[in-house]
Amino acid sequence: MSEQRSGEHPVLETHGLTIRFGGHVAVNQVSCAFHPGTLTAIVGPNGAGKTTYFNLISGQLRPTGGRVTLYGEDITDLPAPRRTRRGMGRAFQLTNLFPRLSVLENVRLAVQSHAGMGLNLFSVWDGHVELIERAEHCLHRVKLADRRDTLASALAHGDQRKLEVAILLALDPDLFMFDEPTAGMSADEVPAILELIHEIKNQGDKTILLVEHKMDVVRSLADRIIVLHQGELVADGEPAGVIASPIVRQAYLGLAGHE
Amino acid sequence: MIRQLLSGDYPRSRALTVVLLLILAGLALAPFVFPGTRSLDVAAKVCVFILLVASYDLLLGYTGIVSFAHTMFFGIGAYGIAIAASRLGPTWGSLALGSLAALVCSALLSLLIGILSLRVKTIFFAMITLAVATFFAILASQLSGFTGGEDGLTYKLPELLLPGTKLFETPLFGVEINGKIVSYYVVFFGAAMLFLALLRVVNSPFGRVLQAIRENDFRAEAIGYRSVIYRSVANCVAALAASAAGILYALWLRYAGPDTTLSFDIMVDILLIVVIGGMGTMYGAVVGATLFVIAQNYLQDLMKLASDAAVGIPLLPNLVHPDRWLLWLGILFILSVYRFPAGIVGKLRAGK
Ligand SMILES: Nc1ncnc2c1ncn2[C@@H]1O[C@H](COP(=O)(O)OP(=O)(O)OP(=O)(O)O)[C@@H](O)[C@H]1O
Ligand SMILES: [Mg+2]
Repeated sequence: MSEQRSGEHPVLETHGLTIRFGGHVAVNQVSCAFHPGTLTAIVGPNGAGKTTYFNLISGQLRPTGGRVTLYGEDITDLPAPRRTRRGMGRAFQLTNLFPRLSVLENVRLAVQSHAGMGLNLFSVWDGHVELIERAEHCLHRVKLADRRDTLASALAHGDQRKLEVAILLALDPDLFMFDEPTAGMSADEVPAILELIHEIKNQGDKTILLVEHKMDVVRSLADRIIVLHQGELVADGEPAGVIASPIVRQAYLGLAGHE
Repeated sequence: MIRQLLSGDYPRSRALTVVLLLILAGLALAPFVFPGTRSLDVAAKVCVFILLVASYDLLLGYTGIVSFAHTMFFGIGAYGIAIAASRLGPTWGSLALGSLAALVCSALLSLLIGILSLRVKTIFFAMITLAVATFFAILASQLSGFTGGEDGLTYKLPELLLPGTKLFETPLFGVEINGKIVSYYVVFFGAAMLFLALLRVVNSPFGRVLQAIRENDFRAEAIGYRSVIYRSVANCVAALAASAAGILYALWLRYAGPDTTLSFDIMVDILLIVVIGGMGTMYGAVVGATLFVIAQNYLQDLMKLASDAAVGIPLLPNLVHPDRWLLWLGILFILSVYRFPAGIVGKLRAGK
C-alpha cells in the first residue's frame, strides 16, 4: 500500500474483490486503495485479470465476492451508468464505440450524459451549442478534430483508440480508467496520448488507473505500480522498486518479455 | 420557423421534399380535391396511420425495440372514446374523459411492460408484447358487455362532428362544409401536430440517446445512460402516440372494434409500412403509410378492372382477381425490401 498517502481518504477501494468464471478465478481477493492525484499503473501478463478487475470496478461485471467503495461508500451493487454518474470514467481496451454515429456524436453523447441532459425530450439537440463545443474541444485534445464528421466505424484503428480516449475526457470523471490506451496506435500517435494522460495527472485532483504493457511508459508516468498475476495482487509499490523485484521479473517481465 | 417545426430534421433530398409536399397538400385539401365519402375515408386513414407508424418507428427504427403490442395501445385509444361516448353520451366532456382515461391507461401499461421486461433480450421482449397484446385482444372480445365483443361499438359524437350538421348555408368551393369535414380536420391537424411532436422527440437530446442505445447499449450504459429507463420512456411515448392515433381514428369512424384497431393484421401492416417507408427516418412513415393505405384501398379496384379486361385469356384473370390483392401486396413488399433495403426514404436520400 502507498502508506505515505494514508492520511488522505482514498477515492476508490477494493476489498477482497473476487470473481470466478466457473472454476476459473479471474480476480482473486484483490484489496487495494487509490488516492486522489495519483496515477497507478496496473501491470501483469496477458490473462492476469487486469481488464476483469476494471470491469468489476466500473460495474460491467458483478463480483462473486468482496466489495468496491467510492469515497468510502459501498457501490458494489450499483449498475455501471450510476457509477459513471458518480465520477468514474472508463476507456475500453477493445474499442467499443457507436459505429454508425459520427465521431463528434460519439463524444457529444458523453458530454450530454455528463451534463445530465439525456431525458430532455422537447428541445432540439443541436440547439445545445455548448455541448457541441465541449465535444469539439475533447476531439481537439486527442487530435481528432478534423475527423469530426466521419462515421466512427470508418476511422482507422489508431483514430478509434483516440476517440475512445476523447469519450473518456468528455465524461470529465474524477477517476480515469485507461485500459492499454495506446495499444494498436502507430508510434507517432502514442506521444500525444501519453502527453494527455500527463496533463490530466498534473491537474492534481484526478485519480488515474492505467493498464499498460510498455515499461518505459509506466516508468515515466506512474507514481505506483501494482502487479496482477493469475488474478492475484502480487506486488505493489514505487515503480523502481516493483520493477526491480524478483517476483515481478520472474512472473511478468521474464515471461512476457516486454523488456 | 420551418426549422423549429421540423426540429432541424429536413427531408435532405429534393425528391423526398417534393413527395412530402404533395402528400401534405393532398391531405390538407382532401375534402376539396378528393370529395366523396370513400376518398375522404382513405385520406383520414392515411393521417391516422402516419401517426401510428411514426410512433412505431420511434420504437423500431430509433430505439431498436421490436414490439407487437402497438395495436393494443392503438385499440386502447379507440375504445377509450367508444366506451366513453356510448356510456356517458355524446358530449365533449365524455370524449375528453375517455381520451384522458385511455392515455393514462396506456402510459401505465407501457411503463409497466417496459420496466418489467425491457431488460431482457429483444426477442424475448417481442414475445412478451405479443403475449400481452393477444391477451388484451381476447379480453376485449370476452368483455362484450363493455366493449361490444366481436361486433365492436357504434356510438354518437357531439353534433359538431356529425355528417348531418351543416356549418354554412352555402357550399365552399362547391363542397358542403358539414360535421364530417370538421371531423376530418380534427384528424388531420391532430395527426400533423403529433407527428411533428414525435419528430421533435427523435431529434431531442433524448432521441439521440435512443440511437446510441440502438447502436451499442453496452457503451451507452458505460457513459452513464441507463438503457432500461430510456427504453421504457421511449416505449411510453410511442404508446401514448399510438393511443392518440386510436382516439383520432375512433372520432373519424364513430365505431371501434377488434378488426379496426386490435387485430394482428394491423400490426403486420404497421411493420410493413415502417420497413417500406424507411426505418429510423420518421418521414418513411409519411410516405409508407400514404402508399400503403392507398394501395390497400384501390389495388383491389385496379385488379378488378384488369381482371375484367383479361376475361378470355387463360390464367390471367385469375391471377389479377381482386381476391389476390394480398398476394400482390406481398410481392410488392418483397421487391421493395429487396430493391430498397433502406426504405423509400433511404433510397430517395441516397439519390439526393
Ligand atoms: N466474461 C468472462 N467469462 C469467462 N472468462 C473470462 C471472462 N472475462 C475474462 N475471462 C477470463 O479471465 C481471465 C482474465 O482476463 P482479462 O481480460 O482480465 O486479462 P487481462 O489481464 O486484461 O489480459 P490482457 O493483457 O490480454 O488484456 C482470462 O483467463 C479470461 O479468459
Ligand atoms: Mg485486458
